[in-house]
Amino acid sequence: MGWGIFQYNPIPDQASAHAAKYDALFWTISILTVVFTLFVVLLILFYAIKYRRGTKVDRRNPMTHHNGLEALMMGVPLILALGIFGWSAKQFVEVRAMPKDAMEVFCIGKQWMWHFQHMNGIRENNELHVPVGQPVKLTMISQDVIHAMYLPEMRAQYHVVPGRYTELAFTPTKPGRYKILCAMHCGTQHSEMVGQLYVMDDREWGEWLEKGGNKYKDKPLNMVEAGAQVWKDKGCGNCHTGLDNPRAPSLVGILGKTRTMTDGTTAVADRDYLREAIKIPHNRITAGWENTMPVYGSTLTETQVLELVEFIKSLSVSKGEFQRTDMAGSTAASDGDSTAVDISNKGSSAGNAQFRSSEER
Amino acid sequence: MSATVVGQSSAKPSEPKNYLNADHTLKSWLLSVDHKRIGVMYLIAVTFFFFIGSIAAAMIRYELTSPKGILLSSEVYNKTFSAHGILMVFQFLVVVVPAVLGNFLIPIMIGARDMAYPRLNLLSLYMFITGGFLILASFVLGGVDAGWTFYVPLSTISETQISLCLVGIFITGFSSIFTAVNFIGTIHKMRAPGMTWYRLPLFIWSHYATAIVVILGTPVVAITLFLVVVERGFGFGIFSPELGGDPVLFQHLFWFYSHPAVYIMILPAFGIISEIISCFSRRPIFGYRFVAYSSLSIAFLGFLVWGHHMFLSSQSVLQGIIFSLISFILAVPSAVKVFNWTLTMVKGSVHFSTPMLYALGFMGLFVIGGLTGLYLASVDTDVHLTGTYFIVAHFHYVMVGGTILAYLGGIHFWWPKMFGRTYSEFWGRLSAMIIFIGFNLTFFPQFMVGYLGMPRRYHYYYFAPEWQFYHLLSTAGSTVLGFGFLLPALYLTYSLFKGKKAGPNPWNAKGLEWEYTSSPPITENFTQPILVTDSVYDYNPAEDSKMYEVDEEATVEDMNK
Repeated sequence: MGWGIFQYNPIPDQASAHAAKYDALFWTISILTVVFTLFVVLLILFYAIKYRRGTKVDRRNPMTHHNGLEALMMGVPLILALGIFGWSAKQFVEVRAMPKDAMEVFCIGKQWMWHFQHMNGIRENNELHVPVGQPVKLTMISQDVIHAMYLPEMRAQYHVVPGRYTELAFTPTKPGRYKILCAMHCGTQHSEMVGQLYVMDDREWGEWLEKGGNKYKDKPLNMVEAGAQVWKDKGCGNCHTGLDNPRAPSLVGILGKTRTMTDGTTAVADRDYLREAIKIPHNRITAGWENTMPVYGSTLTETQVLELVEFIKSLSVSKGEFQRTDMAGSTAASDGDSTAVDISNKGSSAGNAQFRSSEER
Repeated sequence: MSATVVGQSSAKPSEPKNYLNADHTLKSWLLSVDHKRIGVMYLIAVTFFFFIGSIAAAMIRYELTSPKGILLSSEVYNKTFSAHGILMVFQFLVVVVPAVLGNFLIPIMIGARDMAYPRLNLLSLYMFITGGFLILASFVLGGVDAGWTFYVPLSTISETQISLCLVGIFITGFSSIFTAVNFIGTIHKMRAPGMTWYRLPLFIWSHYATAIVVILGTPVVAITLFLVVVERGFGFGIFSPELGGDPVLFQHLFWFYSHPAVYIMILPAFGIISEIISCFSRRPIFGYRFVAYSSLSIAFLGFLVWGHHMFLSSQSVLQGIIFSLISFILAVPSAVKVFNWTLTMVKGSVHFSTPMLYALGFMGLFVIGGLTGLYLASVDTDVHLTGTYFIVAHFHYVMVGGTILAYLGGIHFWWPKMFGRTYSEFWGRLSAMIIFIGFNLTFFPQFMVGYLGMPRRYHYYYFAPEWQFYHLLSTAGSTVLGFGFLLPALYLTYSLFKGKKAGPNPWNAKGLEWEYTSSPPITENFTQPILVTDSVYDYNPAEDSKMYEVDEEATVEDMNK
């Protein structure tokens, strides 16, 4: 349980460009209110005590009217009121003028949730992500009853009305998580029509956009990207480089090629063949190489195999990503020189390759 | 007030017969056209509705002690605050002062025997009760969840008993209109000879201004709410955008009445305060004409500010600024009143009786309520505060701190006149102070939590548990406040049976009701026709105070002798 004023700031966060200006006006009115209230209350107490029944004070000729005094009593409050009015009206015009460079976000209010749609297609429910420093304009409409988009830390509010579009602009200035509230009674779960406004710095905003607005998990990878990840994880590139080498054949453009095996049979390197070559490589060894590849039958899932195959399909010589830098200078058997097997590497091929790759990671 | 009884040199002291014991049958009460009996029946009725509304308020307060609620479902919570708002606004605040004190006092104060239309007066009482029971029926048969403002389209798509409730409010509205017609007719045509406009007590002026507002405003809200019923029942597209209507039109029509309704509630209270301050300062009110005309200018300007409820409702920026400007100007006549009451005490002989304590409490709370209204009249600060607890606190300061404190002050002031008995001053003063403290403790924290962003009508606030502190304070205060309201109910009821006989003028006050009628008044009010010859409020503070001065030297001399 919070102990209010002793623990929390009695002023809500100032998180928008308008908030500081708003609070300046708010506290000016507050000071006038306190001064005026104290003045009246003290005056009442002073007169009530001074002229209480039985005190010996001059009570002759009590004044019953005084036009000058009345004019003063009307004039001073009027001038103060008009001053506050002018200040307030000026700020209201500013805050209701929609900035031209604003990032537009569409907002649909419905019982009892906020739905946001960004221009780039990202949709959000009860959450709104915006970059810091960028004016944001919400173009809003309600699907059922009247709601009110209320962002207390932005000092911003406007009604969300069915049948017409309304607009609300604010410029967040402080990264953080803020409240989105509905301030117009809208039915049973009115008090649960709340959400979060995330104001993010440029880096977070960039990442958020990158992830397509999904902050809970990494950006979804496509098959090739996922395959590349497996390729990297398992260190396939330690042996399978862009060119055939003594340790392993190159896999560039392998799909669809006819491969000759050590027992003389041939096989078309289709998806099935590649799956077998990954999961049980010793079953059929390509002619010219030793049985050095580790068995991945139980370490890779079927999904990972599919992804890996897709990645292999995407390989091309020009892509440097799967080439080992330490092999880059080697001349390693230019074109299927199958005879030149590096025997010295035999003992360390499988285990070492994997061990080394995990080190590199 | 100086006046003479025409044709007879002195008024006879109170006869044993008065309006209370003139006839004892139930029928003689229920079919009475006596404005005093009708006033007493209104007193019972509004107290009943206030009691139900208060229970709803207590349920709201206790529910809000926890961020996740404690007992009610959200649906029941919404019905509870709707019931609280509807009962308190339509069945209590709008009618309480005019119907109880206005009905009782207006004819007596102007020297008339009864209202201009006594039967209309009785009809208005029964329409009020009928409307009230229809509203209660709608609560019993399933409740109303759209709040007392009935914003469409929520109120048109809601499946609760809104139609029945609106019919009830419609009928209650016509009860107000009948009462207002009666007041205007009575004040224009029934004044005693010599009772010129500027000799009228300010209580009459403020009721006159109120009656004008009621007549001009109430038909608008009545027909607006009726159109909602039509839209719900027959699908006529008036307000719902799905049917081709305009939901913002409803707000314009609703606030065109409901903002002036605020003045319907507070103007009669101003009248009470003027009477009490003047009586217990023992001197004429300062700036009588300014106080009288400020009531009329508030009534007039009150019709031009409804748009300040709608700054954010999609009305144009220009409209917002114009309504804001007029709202600021409206602050001036209210300020004039407060200053004039304050200056009335200068060179007075101030007596801190129970009614005076209520009146002084009223002045303090009304200043805060009025000034916090400026935050909301100010178009920019309204953006953050509208729809939050700041508004709730503001209008409770004006409605509870203003109207109810003034009403209680008035009840305590005129209680001896109404029932011929006095109550315990000790308990009276104690209740005034308990209510003042409890009230501030209840509603001041709501300003703070409203500024922090707590929207009104929220059942849960688990997303901001730090607000609980303010709600706990508020609920604690409301407990004190409820106890404070209970006290007068007890000791005033007790005084009916065991109170001391008051005599015709226990306060030594001025005015026809004190100087020329018995307590309680006879059915005809005055034994003889009245001729008014001098202005109201001809008190003499110096003489009054002298009676209570303790002349120390004289006392010493007396002892020496």
